[in-house]
Amino acid sequence: MSAPVVASPEGFELPESQRRVILWMVYLGFAALAIGIINGLGQALNYANIDILKYFPGMRTYYQGLTVHGVVNAIVFTFAFTNGFLALCTSRALARPLSGGLLWAVFVTMVLGTLLAGYAMATGQASVLYTFYPPLQAHWSYYLGLALLVVSTWITAVALFLGVRGWRRDNPGARIPLMAFVSVATYAMWSLASIGIAVSVVGLLLPWSLGLIAYSDPLLSRTLFWFSAHPIVYFWLLPAYVSWYVMIPRQAGGKLFSDPLTRVVFIMFLLLSIPTGFHHQYTDPGISQGMKAIHATLTFGVFFPSLVTAFSIMYALEIGGRARGGRGLLGWFAKLDWRNPALVAQILAMLSFTLGGATGLINASYNLNQAIHNTAWIPGHFHMTVGSAVTMSFMGIAYWLIPYLTRRELVGRGMAVLQSWIYFIGVLVMARGLISGGLDGMPRRTLLMEAPYSKPSWELAGMLTGLGGTLMFIGGVLFFAVLIATILFGKKIEGKQDVPFTETHIAPASSGWELNLDRLRWWFVAAVVLILIAYGPFLVEYLPGNFTSPPYRFF
Amino acid sequence: MSKEHPLSPEKVEKVFLSLAAAMLLVFLLALFYSAYAMGMHLPGRDGEINPTMVRETPPFDEPGLKQIEPGRYEAVFLGMAWAFQPREIRIPAGAEVTFITTATDVIHGFHIEGTRVNLMMIPGQIGRATYTFTEPGEHLIICHEYCGAGHHLMYATVIVE
Ligand code: HEM
Ligand SMILES: [Cu+2]
Ligand SMILES: [Cu+2]
Repeated sequence: MSAPVVASPEGFELPESQRRVILWMVYLGFAALAIGIINGLGQALNYANIDILKYFPGMRTYYQGLTVHGVVNAIVFTFAFTNGFLALCTSRALARPLSGGLLWAVFVTMVLGTLLAGYAMATGQASVLYTFYPPLQAHWSYYLGLALLVVSTWITAVALFLGVRGWRRDNPGARIPLMAFVSVATYAMWSLASIGIAVSVVGLLLPWSLGLIAYSDPLLSRTLFWFSAHPIVYFWLLPAYVSWYVMIPRQAGGKLFSDPLTRVVFIMFLLLSIPTGFHHQYTDPGISQGMKAIHATLTFGVFFPSLVTAFSIMYALEIGGRARGGRGLLGWFAKLDWRNPALVAQILAMLSFTLGGATGLINASYNLNQAIHNTAWIPGHFHMTVGSAVTMSFMGIAYWLIPYLTRRELVGRGMAVLQSWIYFIGVLVMARGLISGGLDGMPRRTLLMEAPYSKPSWELAGMLTGLGGTLMFIGGVLFFAVLIATILFGKKIEGKQDVPFTETHIAPASSGWELNLDRLRWWFVAAVVLILIAYGPFLVEYLPGNFTSPPYRFF
Repeated sequence: MSKEHPLSPEKVEKVFLSLAAAMLLVFLLALFYSAYAMGMHLPGRDGEINPTMVRETPPFDEPGLKQIEPGRYEAVFLGMAWAFQPREIRIPAGAEVTFITTATDVIHGFHIEGTRVNLMMIPGQIGRATYTFTEPGEHLIICHEYCGAGHHLMYATVIVE
């Protein structure tokens, strides 16, 4: 019993102005990534004792560049791409346009936010890294810019929620199409999760940077930051999961295993992404061991839906590979379409993510975290998650999305496939370097080439970091070459195009318990209850806090 | 669709997901065993302090190593931009040392490489970690949290004799 994941499988055309604004969001995201990988190269070479940063115009310190790298990659790139991509997914799934005014507001807010934060970073007044822990104090425009970038995701959320509400009004009793459900669930999770950063930035840090508040509470701000910044990793990841669930099966020639199971997975992320933030604060004094243990347990819980995802994806790929003539236990894997860049980039992203996930589970492992916390292991881990699993998925999506949005055929398919492999091998080599160095105590966030201390074992680790980072950079440059060539020289596509959505093996039910899965409002309330359990006892014990730290500008 | 497979995907799904859940459970139990039965603890709530008055507040008015009883020591460490105080401690092999830490200005890190002593130094919070150094040798104490332009200059040494 197959069923599509969208409302009108026959086709749907986005209104022209919405197509254009989504394209601009995607462009903004990739422009940010282009800046990000240049800084990344400088950082990776720093660990190999090679200084190219001195050739970067206007860069005063390593840490100024590192701030830019974190902000443009992890915030501007991911937010801009996701705002555009999931708006498209929702609109296509419902076969109805979203509010065009809101979509333009999203774009304008993102540009303003990027300019404000960019001004502070470029002038060296915000070298506080993308985690902005007080009492290091940045220029107010940095906090305001970051706040606007978060606001852009809220406006997107409103546009998606209104779209679904309108669709339900017009289709009483119908199940929400899966592709819209997963998109909206992602934004429901993030809307709730981002409250922590919003309170911290707007309520505390912005007035503090304007001199209206004299003191900050560093532990409380860290806690509010990680309230949002663990779930942010799922806000980075879930758009890639959307593609892996509802598009990759089609692109691989397979099928999505189960509609209800997919909904359950996204609901689990809504419930469990947020009450886990203390796993970033295992080594923080001031938070009790009991609370840390609760967050550790829930973190292991939120790992489960990713294992379900692994199952669903392997199912889809195996069906696809066998349909193409693959035999035996693993022969189907070799038979996948290794010449389709959209597919190759994302399969490699998944492979990278298995290692990223495994290292993530180690980070989450309570007292084991003390072996690696804040060592180079950590960037080793997350370049295999956000830095490649997510980034390579977005690149893979771009290989059909840019042609879809510009109506121009992809130029350089062979180079696009090559690009994925180079970036993939690069990230594995860099992660190998950072991870082995980290296990030996090599610190992250450090201008290591000028540190007065070192260990002999860091030498090989640093060289691999530099080598892998260089490969990633080359892979990134080739990606942009393909992108620009497509935009400028791609052959015009005549006729209709569509988003590559899949069919499901197990269809959604039209009656029974499954209908409850669509009651996002209930699940939202359940998520709030879990948050109160996970953060309530700490806040009750800790508040009114210890607001005694004056600001410092040590940069 | 399922004819190609000797097992139906629905059955494989159940097995896969059960194994996945069991794996997570076993890992978690092992961790809590190591923490609560073997005593490898994380830092907890060990007191607050006014970061502008650290030097007047015991025990931080006297940073450095102190013997409590034979084989047991307390090491009081301050983190500031961009140095630890003290810069070096010397202890005999086999000594159990409790580190008591705080920061005087911004957030710093306190990682003794090669050990599981790994603490954030957060202004306003007092950190505590206990560790027994069994082998003679040297360990770096590295500030592993960004603390400003001179962050990479900040380190100290533990010498086990
Ligand atoms: C050419 C590609 C890239 C290279 C060579 C690279 C390299 C690096 C290195 C070596 C670090 C560690 C710096 C340090 O701790 O001192 C780092 C940090 C980081 N990278 Fe990348 N990176 C690349 C792309 C990306 C991408 C695509 C993302 C995310 C989408 C990303 C996100 C981050 C983040 C969030 C940090 C942490 C910043 C901080 O500690 O404040 N990177 N990168
Ligand atoms: Cu996390
Ligand atoms: Cu530091």
